[in-house]
Amino acid sequence: MRPSQSLVSVIKATLFVAALVPFARLAVSAVWFPDALGANPAEFITRSLGDWCLRFLLITLAITPLRRITGWNWLLRLRRMLGLFAFFYGVVHFSSYIAFDHVFDAVAILKDIVKRPFITVGFTALVLLVPLAVTSTNAMVRRLGAHNWRALHRLVYPIAALGVLHFWWMVKRDITEPAIYAAILALLLGYRLAAYLRETLALRWARGANGPPATSRRG
Amino acid sequence: MLIKRPLDVLPSEITPQPVYNRRREFMKAAAAGAILAATGCSDDTESAPDATREKFTSVATSRFSTVEKPTEYKHVTGYNNYYEFGTEKSDPALYAGHLKTRPWTVSVEGECLKPRTFGIEELIKRPLEERVYRLRCVEAWSMVIPWVGFELNALLKEVEPTGNAKFVEFVTAVQPDTMQGVHVPVLDWPYVEGLRIDEAMHPLTILAVGIFGEALPGQNGAPVRLVVPWKYGFKSGKSIVKIRLVAQQPRTAWEKASPTEYGFYSNVNPNVDHPRWSQETERRIPEFFSRRPTVIFNGYGDQVAGLYAGMDLKKYF
Repeated sequence: MRPSQSLVSVIKATLFVAALVPFARLAVSAVWFPDALGANPAEFITRSLGDWCLRFLLITLAITPLRRITGWNWLLRLRRMLGLFAFFYGVVHFSSYIAFDHVFDAVAILKDIVKRPFITVGFTALVLLVPLAVTSTNAMVRRLGAHNWRALHRLVYPIAALGVLHFWWMVKRDITEPAIYAAILALLLGYRLAAYLRETLALRWARGANGPPATSRRG
Repeated sequence: MLIKRPLDVLPSEITPQPVYNRRREFMKAAAAGAILAATGCSDDTESAPDATREKFTSVATSRFSTVEKPTEYKHVTGYNNYYEFGTEKSDPALYAGHLKTRPWTVSVEGECLKPRTFGIEELIKRPLEERVYRLRCVEAWSMVIPWVGFELNALLKEVEPTGNAKFVEFVTAVQPDTMQGVHVPVLDWPYVEGLRIDEAMHPLTILAVGIFGEALPGQNGAPVRLVVPWKYGFKSGKSIVKIRLVAQQPRTAWEKASPTEYGFYSNVNPNVDHPRWSQETERRIPEFFSRRPTVIFNGYGDQVAGLYAGMDLKKYF
């Protein structure tokens, strides 16, 4: 599948609108139909936003494997936007926590961040997302240079892991849901590790084929 | 703090007769009718929606009731922790309708002179009182619930506890056919709770058989459950089948699951945080903002603080 530039733009615009739907739904419900959000609307909102942050992180991380497997290079044109949506949902998730759980009480929030491991890791993940969001523009890619930019953006791997850990430590007893996120993340990172190992070994093999066999190279 | 007399409002008047519930029942009946029409057969073992939920007509008021406004019926019956039916808050309301509540007996046994088994019909015929209590969940949310029930001490006195009865263990129902959750080892089933004998004999501790003037719905622990208003909600075991008077402190389900997080006492206490979240404030369902300060012993300190005189509540959390 190799869509035209204009088709990719249409796909991207559609995806942009679709990515805003969960937020719009919550916002509309919160203002006009709080009953639709159940008995604990604040918790529902905060958790939904957190879910979407994690989902967008995983979707963003799925682009590279998907592109490699299918050969659809145009997928790359969606990645930045998806990553920024992960950041967006992370920010509104944190904002809803500030507003509903602490009603903007800065001292209580700081205490929470320091005292509660699941909030500590969640907050750390969000803070680490900031430099990635800031350096997401073309100008910043040029300024950093492709190599540095790529190295910096590998931060998304530990960020996603912290995000899943944040969810895992938050649940009271039933870890089914965080385990599903963890499994998907393991798959996405595992793919990269496998690809890396394959490439490294292939490279060695290639070197070995030209020169002495890899195993006895030093011998 | 003075416990004020509640307004003399009949339970039936504060019961917002749940149109919500009727709709669900209507839909269930409609769906059942459709299946019936399609298959041409009827399955009597399928639990029918309880359209005739028993109403309690002569319920006395109590000086222990709070005058706070009860939480709406739809939230009290729609936002529940009852892991036997699933760990989502909406699961119990969805699935607990299948709970088989007849026949039902509660066996009171152990360290007592006259152990015996009480049938549920007998329990609901006892003189019943309405107790409007605050309920504070360990997850930092709270409700106000108009329970219908009787003091546990009345029942315990009838079996004549011996001097060895230092604790009371509450064993709750396990119905593998109706409870999907018990097939998953989220907790060690059956769910077991426990109280010290003086806590169990305290007049605030009740066995509830109803809410809002009518029989308990499955999700709230039908047909009979414990309510201990000064402790976190999980101490108030649902769907009780056995009450054992024992000499040793029982090991409760949550203690077994996570002893560092859930202690035997689990008294509501804003000064003792759960290891993973704060207990200083709570969200009164369905309010948006969580800024209601949590009160020690859930505001029942005048009645129960004496039970813990001299005890380090941080150690015995």
